[in-house]
Amino acid sequence: MTTTAYLDHAASTPMRPEAVAAMLPFLTDHPGNPSGSHGAARTAKTALEEAREAVAGVLGAAPDEVYFTGGGTEADNLAIKGGARAARRVEPALGGVVTTAFEHKGVLAAAHRLESEGFRVAEAGITAEGLVDLDDLAAQLDATTALVSVMTVNNEVGSIQPLDAIAALVRDHAPHARLHTDAVQAVPWVDVAEVTNGFDLVAISGHKFGGPKGVGVLVARGDVKIDAEIEGGGQERGLRAGTVNVAGVVALAAALSITHERRAEEMARIVTLRNRLRDGLLATIPATFVNGAPEHTTAGHLHLGFRGVESEALLVMLDQRGLNAAAGSSCSSGATEISHVLAAMGMSRADATASIRLSLGYASTDADVELALAEIPRAVEQLRAAVAA
Amino acid sequence: MSRILVAMSGGVDSSVAAALLRDQGHDITGVTLKLWGGESDSGCCSVSDVEDARRVAAQLDVPHYVFNFSEEFDDQIVDPYVQAYADGRTPNPCIECNRSMKWGRLLDRARAMGFDALATGHHARLTHNPSSGTTELRRGEDPAKDQSYVLAVLGQDELAMTVLPVGEMTKADVRAHAARLGLRTATKAESMDVCFITRGGRTAFLDARVPPAPGDIVDADGSVVGSHDGVRAFTVGQRRGLAVATGARRYVVDVDAASATVTLGDKRDLLRDSVTFTRPTFTDTPIVDGAIVNVQVRSHGDAHRATWREERLEWETPQPRVAPGQTVAFYGTGAGDDDRVLGSAIAT
Repeated sequence: MTTTAYLDHAASTPMRPEAVAAMLPFLTDHPGNPSGSHGAARTAKTALEEAREAVAGVLGAAPDEVYFTGGGTEADNLAIKGGARAARRVEPALGGVVTTAFEHKGVLAAAHRLESEGFRVAEAGITAEGLVDLDDLAAQLDATTALVSVMTVNNEVGSIQPLDAIAALVRDHAPHARLHTDAVQAVPWVDVAEVTNGFDLVAISGHKFGGPKGVGVLVARGDVKIDAEIEGGGQERGLRAGTVNVAGVVALAAALSITHERRAEEMARIVTLRNRLRDGLLATIPATFVNGAPEHTTAGHLHLGFRGVESEALLVMLDQRGLNAAAGSSCSSGATEISHVLAAMGMSRADATASIRLSLGYASTDADVELALAEIPRAVEQLRAAVAA
Repeated sequence: MSRILVAMSGGVDSSVAAALLRDQGHDITGVTLKLWGGESDSGCCSVSDVEDARRVAAQLDVPHYVFNFSEEFDDQIVDPYVQAYADGRTPNPCIECNRSMKWGRLLDRARAMGFDALATGHHARLTHNPSSGTTELRRGEDPAKDQSYVLAVLGQDELAMTVLPVGEMTKADVRAHAARLGLRTATKAESMDVCFITRGGRTAFLDARVPPAPGDIVDADGSVVGSHDGVRAFTVGQRRGLAVATGARRYVVDVDAASATVTLGDKRDLLRDSVTFTRPTFTDTPIVDGAIVNVQVRSHGDAHRATWREERLEWETPQPRVAPGQTVAFYGTGAGDDDRVLGSAIAT
């Protein structure tokens, strides 16, 4: 296979060369543990704190509101479990957790884990457009709500949620609730500092914007209290013990800064590519439908379905022709599972299993789109011909 | 060179099947079926088996995918399996899985995706009959590992698109070849049981789905000799685990789910002159009424001669009753034909 196209940026975005360059010295020349006191430790500590300042700047937080974690799922777990437990410890009446039906599993599993501790957990519904149903959300909220978690951008369909309206709703109906957002999918597409302004807790993940895997950030704003999940040597001001992944953090900060600086120009280029891909596929393949409302979708997501086609077979054919795309989310065995996101949007099982996600990013090229426009119609046609036969 | 989809279970046989086809120069793609979403920690559906298949494929440098057929497997294999035991029958879920999953859903998908053939690691052989132009299914080279019985349900549509690369090898040959290639599955233990039955056992699995009804164990004369907590623990022909003291060696001769009655008898009570069947299938042309066939009634067991009638087999010498629900496989007779599968049916 000589020609390949990577159209799975939402799953993981290729590392930016600047991020690789930033982390390399901490894999080679600088062995220090930032918790130490000698010269090598100071070098690491300085890099760590400079990274923290850079991240704080982009995310609209103070440096001491930035906590480095081992990824987005860990940041979500820390915010949800730690936030809800701390809230109830201070005020025992706070026993409710409200999230939405189409959150990432890192949020849903963490929230439902709290049920075993006596928390009531509710999931607000999702509209067919892929937006949180605000009326349903409001109906779940009350004065005993300890924590609310709503994602900034949905990872599958790419829908951008109205966080301002959600924050206002929560302040009105659940005045004591901590507000958390999983912004893991959002960084390349929105100004996270701006859109999460009304939220206490914000989680991001390095590898969704050109940083490395296995490193993430939780922003905990102001005086919001959270209980630690991982305890030990007191790193990250006691909230996340364990030696900080200095190389990863430095690379995350570099990728975040560049993504932020170039967002407008990169989005303009990506949205042009994405629209060409979408319009081309819609024009050449009959019975094709786009999932999620275009006006609320990021520049990089294209979630679409081809009636009568099984995405599992289509994705294999595309992979064999050099096209990396995805459907649903993956379980530990690697099998595709029916998407809970599409189910929450009220999509039929047939439409859900006929849908795939093509996700573009900073590294996407004209050639990627050309390959997709050449191969997807052929593969869909072949699979449909077999069904008709 | 053909484009061949290899069903890789994560075991040594399908690993070697993939390796052989690749080394013959075919364009190979590996696929593992995720069939069971339950808690099974053994069998062909677990994460570690998928991982073994994936790693072998990577070692062979062939692409590998996982297809999730777990919902269909639930509907078409697990639910009927549970219902069969509740009805006092003894199902063959592996055969039904071969029919409806591997050579049904998977083969359909392989065709749609443009593959020329589907390969598995089953120990059976396929031969081409030049005069009829058909594909013949025959017993595997290794008599102890022959799996032609579990493939007897296939017809020409399926067999013509099937490749069974290890059928010409003994199990020892397969393991030796895997070891030569350094495949991680070379010494892996064989899966023995129904893949979705967990360590809790079959009875616990069934009871979690259909509440068992207790009933009587009666002797051939109708006298009650014991009680049981559900007919699902009994299979016609069973001798062990009856938990009744009747002196003579007893066998289950009948299971009546409607009255929750299990009837015992001695070995003679079990003998039958014939076995009735339903859902006959043929690997090629239908068997003609009155033909003499060899009949095998379990995956590893001797074949016995019988006369084939519509919906009935007449044994040449009386045979123990076949548990209703079991597959009976028909083989040819005479030199050169007694290893050839003619078809299958379900005992009633």
